[in-house]
Amino acid sequence: MQLARVIGTLVATQKADGLEGVKFLVVQPLDKHCQPMGEPAIAADGTGQAGPDELVFVIASREAALALPEWFVPVDLAITGIVDEVDVG
Amino acid sequence: MYIGRVSGTVVATIKNELFEGRKLLMVDKLDLAGQPTAKYDIAVDMVQAGVGDLVLVLDEGNSARQILDREPLGAIRAVIVGIIDAVDLAEGALPNV
Repeated sequence: MQLARVIGTLVATQKADGLEGVKFLVVQPLDKHCQPMGEPAIAADGTGQAGPDELVFVIASREAALALPEWFVPVDLAITGIVDEVDVG
Repeated sequence: MYIGRVSGTVVATIKNELFEGRKLLMVDKLDLAGQPTAKYDIAVDMVQAGVGDLVLVLDEGNSARQILDREPLGAIRAVIVGIIDAVDLAEGALPNV
């Protein structure tokens, strides 16, 4: 899992089966010092509680499809936790 | 699997239930010369590793789920499965070093 900052929300009315009720957020991937790294991406919110400006960790690929209440829906990036604290000394 | 160095800790209250009661550590991915690459993982610790430890990191979902006894489902991938004592390489295995 990698760190990311939520930088926006995304709404889609028409979407593939299984994605009903899934919240989409725009995230900026971060390095371990919480500095932006790479291109922003769209993640499904597996916590249901993440919001803009929050520091989160995300899981990619097949595992993302296991991070939502309904399994194996078509997503490739999902938020699996909201970070309280990162200590990298 | 890859060789990593534990560089820190991550604390999260709100998280996937799979991570309840488990320690999350920040792990820098190392190359064979022991130098950090730009990559890192937030990994679940299964071996009581600590900051500074050289560790063996599993980075594959199905294996991770086996270890946590959660086959076949669960959003987990990176797991620290060992604390490395030594790595021996054949002579010439690192041409650039």
